[in-house]
Order: sequence, then C-alpha cells, then structure tokens
Amino acid sequence: MSEPVLSVRNLEVAFPTRRVTLTAVDDVSFDIARGEVLGVVGESGAGKSLTGAAVIGLLEPPGRIVGGEVRLNGRRIDNLPPEEMRKIRGRRIGMVFQDPLTSLNPLYRIGDQIIETIRTHSDISESQARERAIALLQEAGIQGARARIDSYPHEFSGGMRQRVVLALALCAEPDLLIADEPTTALDVSIQAQIIALLKRLCRERGTAVMLITHDMGVIAETADRVAVMYAGRIAEIGPVRDVVQRPHHPYTKGLMGAIPTTVGSATRLVQIPGSMPRLGAIPPGCAFNPRCAQAFARCRLERPEPMPAGQSQAACWLVAEAAAGARA
Amino acid sequence: MNELSPPNRVIPPTPLGGGVGRAAPRSRLAAFLDSDLLHSFLESKLVVLAALVSVLIVGAAILAPLIAPHNPYDLKSLSLLDSNTPPAWEKGGDPRFLLGTDDQGRDIFSTILYGTRSSLMIGIGAVLLSSILGLSLGLWAGYAGGRVDSVIMRIADVQLTFPAILTALLIDGVLLAVFRSYRIEGNTSFVLVLAIGLSTWVQYARTVRGVTLVERNKEYVEAARLIGLHSFKIMFQHILPNVLGPVLVIATINLALAILTEATLSFLGVGLPPTEPSLGTMIQIGNKYLFSGSWWMVAFPGLTLALLALAVNLLGDWLRDALNPKLR
Amino acid sequence: MTAATAMPLVEAKGLTRVFDVSKPWLNRVIEGEPKALLKAVTGISFTIGQRETLALVGESGSGKSTAARMVVGLLRPTAGTVTIDGVDMWATARAAERQKLRRRLQMIFQDPYASLNPRWRVDRIIADPIKAFGLARDSAEIEHRVGELLKLVGLDPADGVKYPHEFSGGQRQRICIARALSSNPEFIVCDEPTSALDVSVQAQILNLMRDLQDRLGLSYLFISHNLAVVRHMATRIGVMYLGRIVELAPSAELFTSPRHPYTRLLMDALPDLGMSGRPRRPIEGEIPNPITPPPGCAFHPRCPWSYEPCSVDLPELVDLGGRMAACHAVAAGRI
Repeated sequence: MSEPVLSVRNLEVAFPTRRVTLTAVDDVSFDIARGEVLGVVGESGAGKSLTGAAVIGLLEPPGRIVGGEVRLNGRRIDNLPPEEMRKIRGRRIGMVFQDPLTSLNPLYRIGDQIIETIRTHSDISESQARERAIALLQEAGIQGARARIDSYPHEFSGGMRQRVVLALALCAEPDLLIADEPTTALDVSIQAQIIALLKRLCRERGTAVMLITHDMGVIAETADRVAVMYAGRIAEIGPVRDVVQRPHHPYTKGLMGAIPTTVGSATRLVQIPGSMPRLGAIPPGCAFNPRCAQAFARCRLERPEPMPAGQSQAACWLVAEAAAGARA
Repeated sequence: MNELSPPNRVIPPTPLGGGVGRAAPRSRLAAFLDSDLLHSFLESKLVVLAALVSVLIVGAAILAPLIAPHNPYDLKSLSLLDSNTPPAWEKGGDPRFLLGTDDQGRDIFSTILYGTRSSLMIGIGAVLLSSILGLSLGLWAGYAGGRVDSVIMRIADVQLTFPAILTALLIDGVLLAVFRSYRIEGNTSFVLVLAIGLSTWVQYARTVRGVTLVERNKEYVEAARLIGLHSFKIMFQHILPNVLGPVLVIATINLALAILTEATLSFLGVGLPPTEPSLGTMIQIGNKYLFSGSWWMVAFPGLTLALLALAVNLLGDWLRDALNPKLR
Repeated sequence: MTAATAMPLVEAKGLTRVFDVSKPWLNRVIEGEPKALLKAVTGISFTIGQRETLALVGESGSGKSTAARMVVGLLRPTAGTVTIDGVDMWATARAAERQKLRRRLQMIFQDPYASLNPRWRVDRIIADPIKAFGLARDSAEIEHRVGELLKLVGLDPADGVKYPHEFSGGQRQRICIARALSSNPEFIVCDEPTSALDVSVQAQILNLMRDLQDRLGLSYLFISHNLAVVRHMATRIGVMYLGRIVELAPSAELFTSPRHPYTRLLMDALPDLGMSGRPRRPIEGEIPNPITPPPGCAFHPRCPWSYEPCSVDLPELVDLGGRMAACHAVAAGRI
C-alpha cells in the first residue's frame, strides 16, 4: 500500500485562556490516501473545522497545536516555520471555504485571481497561465469561460462563485484539498451540482480530499470514508457505507436517527437528550457518556480509544465488550 | 459556540457564560470581579494610572468647598496686596497660598479646585445634552429612514462643515446677546452647556444611526413589531440598549473635548467671567502675566487641564478597545 | 364539524408583493434604464385549518420568507388579502381591532442569535407579548406565566434571569418558542426555525413543536428549504419557485408522487442517505433573476420536460383532485 497523502497522528489543538486551557481537538488520528475523499462530520463545536485549520496551518491565535504530528507525503508540516508553510499552502494543499462571497476578492477580476495563483506556484508566462485558467474554468462548468474570465465575483451567482473557488483551489494541482462546508451556503439544487463537480475534479486529478461538513447527506454522496467527531475526539471512523448504514457508536446511531428523511416513516425524529458539552466541561471517561442510553461504569471512568468494529473503528466500550463477548 | 461555521476563519470557541461548569448564575459583583473587562483594565498600567488621576482630580473638585483653603469667589476676602505672590516654595512666597496668587489676589490652588469644578460641571452637562440629543436623533433617523433620515443627516452634514468650536462660539455669542438684551443675569454656565452641547451632537447621531440601521433589520425588532409595539417604544426600549456601548465610548472621549472647549471659550473671553474663573479663564488671565515673570498663574491651571483631558481621553480609548470584542 | 366545512383559520388569496429596486431617478435618466421591479411573490393562495401545518418549501429567491411576513402582518402586500378567522388583516383600520388580531398570531424566526435582544433578560423577552396584549394582571402573574412557559419548552424557570448569550442555539430557539406562545396564539408562522441548528438539536426542536401543536391545538405555517424536514412537520406542502406556488399537495402524496418537474428534480437532488445508488437526474442551470424572469413558465429553461406552450403561457394551478400543480405538461397528462 502506498503512503497516504495526509497522515495525522494524535493531533491536539488547545486554546489557552485566562482561566484554563481548552482542548478543542483531542488526540485525533486519521489518514487520507491518494484520490480518496475523507469526510469529517460533526456538529458545531466538535472540532472539525479546527482540525482542518490545524492541518493547513491557519489556526487563529491563541489556538495552537500542542501535540501530535501532521505529515504530508511523509514530510512533517505541523512544525514548519511560517515561510515554509506558506509555500506549501496553495501549492500542495488547497482549501475551499463555506462562503463563496468572501473567498474571492471583490475588487479583482476572477481571471486575475486565478492567474496570480497559478503564477505564484509555477513558472509560466502570463498568456500560458491565462489559457490554463480558461481551461480550468471550463472544466469547472462555467459556460463561456473565455468571456467570463474577466468578470468580477459579484457578477456571478453563489453556485458559480463556488465553482470558481474550486477551480482556484485546484489550479496549482495540490496533493490535498481541504473543503470546509463547501455547500452549506448553497441551495439544494446547486449543492448537488457542486458535489458532483468536486468528486469529478478530484477523481481525475487523484487529489486527496478532506471534506468537513455537518451534513451527513453530503458525506453519503461524496465520501469514501468518514470520521465522526464529537467534543474534539473521533467517535467513529470507517468506510462511508459502513458508518452510515451500520453505525457502531451510539452517537453516530443517534445522529443518523435524528436526520429527517424522505423515505421511511414520518414519525417523531430520534432525539439525543442534552447537548454537546462545552469545551471546558467535557466529562471524564467517554465524552458522550452523560447522553448515552447504554452507558455503564467503565464509560464514566476511562476514555475509549477507537477500536475495531466491523470494517470501521469506534471509540466505544460497548464495542470492546462485544468483541470480548464474541471471543469468550 | 456558533452554530453556523464562520467563513474563512476558525474563531476559538468561548465557553458559554464565561465560566467552567457553572451551575447557577453568580451575583453580579462576583461576575464583574471575574470578568475579562476588569482584567484587561488592570493589565494596562497606563490606564489604571489615568483612572487614578481622573478620580483624584474629580474627587478634589467635588470636595472643593471642603478642602480649599480659601474661597476665590468671595470677592470681599480678596486683597490686592496679596496679588502676584509666587508659589509657597519660591522666594517671596506665602505659606497661605500654596501655589501662589493671581492678579486679583486669589489663591491659585483654591481657584483651581473651584475652577475644575465649574469645568467638569459644564463638561458633563454638555456631554449629557449632546449625547441625549444625538442619540435620539440618530435613533429616529436610523429607524424611520426615508425623509426623516435625509433631513436629519443633511442638517448634520451642514453642521459638520463648520468646526465645532466655531459653532459653539456662534451659539454662545447669540445666546449671551439674547439673554443680555432681556437682562437675564447669571446664566453663563447654562449658555456654555447649550453651546458646547449643541455643537457636538452630530458624532453621536451618526454612530447611533449606523448601529440602528443594522439592528432594525434583526429579528428581535421584527418580533417587537409583530406584537404591535409603537415605534417609539421599539426605538427606546429595544434598540437603545444595544446602541449605548458606542455612545458611552464617544461620551467619555468627548468629555475631555468639552472641558477643553469650555476652556477655549473662556480663554477667548466668552466663557465664564473673571469673577468666577474656570481653568480656561485662569489661563487667559495668567497669559497676560506670563512674560512678566508670574509663570505660576498659567502653569498650574494649564497642567491641571492637560492632566484631566489626558486622563479622561486615555480612559475613553481603553473603554472603546475593551468593549469592542463584546460588541462583536 | 368536518374539516371541509369548517372555515379555515388562515386564508391567503392572491398574495402579491413587488419591491421597487430601481436606481434613483437621476441615474435612470442618465443611464437610460427602465424601472426595476422585483416580483418577490405573485398571486399565491392557500388555506390553513385548525391544528394543521402548511409548509412552504423553496430555495433562495422563491419568495417564501416574503410570503411568511405578509401572512403575519410584518409586510404589507402589494395585492391580495390575508384573512384570519374571516377578518381581513390589512383592511382593519382601528388599532384595537388589529391588536386583537395580532394576539392570535405569532412568529418564530430563523436566526436564534438575532431573534433575541442581547441586552434584555430572558424573562423580560418572554413577557413582552404578555405585557403588550395586557394578558396578565400584575408582575407576579407575569413571572408565574414566564416560568410555566420556560418549563413548557424544556428549560428551567430559573433560567429567566439569564441573558441570551448564556444559551446555546437550540436553547435560544426554545426561548423564541416560549416567547411566541406567551400570547396564547392560535397560529404560528415558522420561518426556517431549525435551519441554523445542528441535526440533533433540530430533532429536539421539531419534536417539541409537534408536541406543542398537539397539546395546544396550534396551526403552523412552516417555511423551509429542506423537503425532508418539512415531511416530518407538515400536513400539506406548497412548493414555491420564483414567487409562485407550483405545486400544492398533502404531504404523503407529494413524496410518493411528485407531479411538477421542479418538485421531482428537487426530490432527486436530495442526498441519498439510504445509499441505494439510484439513478438521479441533476438539475441544470440556476435560479433566474426575479427582476427579469423568463417568459411563460419561470422554470422552463431548466425543465427537461418543457415543450411549446411552456415558453409562452404562464401555467395556472390546476386542481388534480385534492392536489394542485401549475404545469402545462402535467395538465396535459404528458408526465
């Protein structure tokens, strides 16, 4: 098996405040192989955006990485000086954010923005870069790219802008693309288009993708594997079909039950009591234990690590019990 | 924690309520003592110093009748023989007059105390007038929009084309003439408050209008309109509390300006009369004697004025910075 | 009293709202541009009975939020009427009459952060409607009622002394619901009440709203962009596109057999959590500019089933036996 493009091991991100240090990402590990889409899903406060920011080195101070390591193609990038990291950002790692309106500079034509990015990371002439940009926009599904390359961002609709942002992120042919809620601000019909585009472009280029979202539906459509995050930790990680259809972790089960669907019965939605603990008030043992109907003594004392459950891994003592039971 | 992921920036999460696992609401005092506001205040030594100086000067001014060795307003107690006495530590000084006397034989120290009192009262009065006027007009303009907004803002624009001091001078001169023609005496303080107050309302109105324009579109205002509340009630009960933050900051900075304006007007001879001198009048009187060697008549009032204005200004600056993240 | 003969609680007829977004007169003269009129909502009609939930579903630009605000009295319609229990909301001239009408309706908004005044305590926020309509005798009664309401929505009465920023998004939405219930309304307009919330919190709030509807006999007008959410809440669903209702049907029927092309494509575009790998047809194109809509049916440029009349005539809502759809192809039986 070839080396993964992105390898995150025991990542810890903390925010020192006046009273106490808050751990927002707590011992998170995962790999992304070439051409693979890993979905990182979780509700707000789970730490998924922070994980993405930590990987690309855009953590806003006072937040910082306090433990673990991040490797891109085998090389450590979490401890690089800012100058080195700047070279990697854009060239090796591309990023797409949620709001297409603020991702593009409203004062510059989109063509100029793409050409600037291309020329920053590769040594080609202005006209060659322009041709590359036009080809990229056409690939991204923008009709009449040759004419529209000289338009300003406000002349495009939200969906169009997100296509431009995708093109921009991929123009330097990065190895890894981090997409943070790329479709959340878009209408449903446009969402489907953008997801399809993302899949196609990355599959063609073999780009590894870290797709951060709160929307399980998007994950089911797009991801090969998915990591479910809760209170800064990974609750479950595995192939998407497994996690979505046969979840092992009680939180994942609750989450799937809470999602309204258009098939099946239209009765009450499954409701997980309580809410995700605030960063300074994470309970000892398993972070989910106060809300879990199946919690027992061990859950309140020891924190579970991700352990094998079917084809996935789940951080849950129930899984360990089941495995022990099966062996006995 | 925000439910909607903020675009392009990963803002560090803040524990809700500023506490860790807090069960019941603490007393307001306890909350204040633990707050970030107090701590940022204590961290800046310059600001603490400014606060102390302000408290000292204001306290002394309030207690003037009690601590002043002489009453400078009592014309009968003055003796021309005492005039032009240097400060007590100089040659020719008199221990009765700590900082010397002016050309009428008034004790400089006592006059400073009483004068600061006048300056502060006029300054605070002017700030109250301009802030209330500016706040009301700004709220009205921002909430009503349309023609009301246009009219108020045009008046504001016109007034802004003149320097504030000129406007104050104009109002001051006109009102004094009117009062004198009707033989109404002893109203100089009132006139000064009106003049300075009316010359500075625009700043408040502009800022308040801006905030009102934003707040007016928020859903809590819609909820208030929904239950049929009168516009007046919505403006002053619902929107006003959200507008006070910036107003407070402007008011604090304007206090220093108001005191200086009063001093300027007195210096120009259209402020407080020489029989009841304020700091400005004292400087004007002392100015004439500066080059004949009686430096103390200008130096001490000038120093007090400068210290007071500086201290209040620093406090205002700190307040604006401290309140900013909370206003986010 | 059967549902068919009872007068509906809410009836909207031909509701229309046009916004004048033209540039100032001088600019128009110099640049030679005509007036720009944004037709946000055009001629929508529906009824809502007691204990019923009508959902209006649409994407951005569909006009659903504008429609909601017209129904609840926040925005004056350019044309059309809204009657609550037979009384025309906008025709009533006397303030006292309008206040009586206002008491019977309420609204829950989308953004839990902007719907609560950050400077007011929670108990004061919830008590506002009680005071506005004079529903309590003294402050003790108000306090008691606020405590009851907080309990009703699943919060602690002691939370009344806190400020909104001390609560999470889901809790804030509960406070908004408590505020909406404080005037004992019969009809609540909900404008995307869970769109800004996490999935698990959304489930809690939707369940709460259903329970309250059962307990208190409320009617809802539920606005959303999410068809799946609406399925759990609505008795009937109206699908909106560019200011018009293109399909109106009972909930179950809409999902088993959507008729209008837009509805069908919208259903198809929903992510497939069941991972059945069913073949899907993606919707092409984008929502057109509401200032210059396409001629004829507004959806025809994106419609795979469009034919000659679609680009010429505007399709009207046609009764298909208990449900309605505005589509030439559907009316002609082509699809």
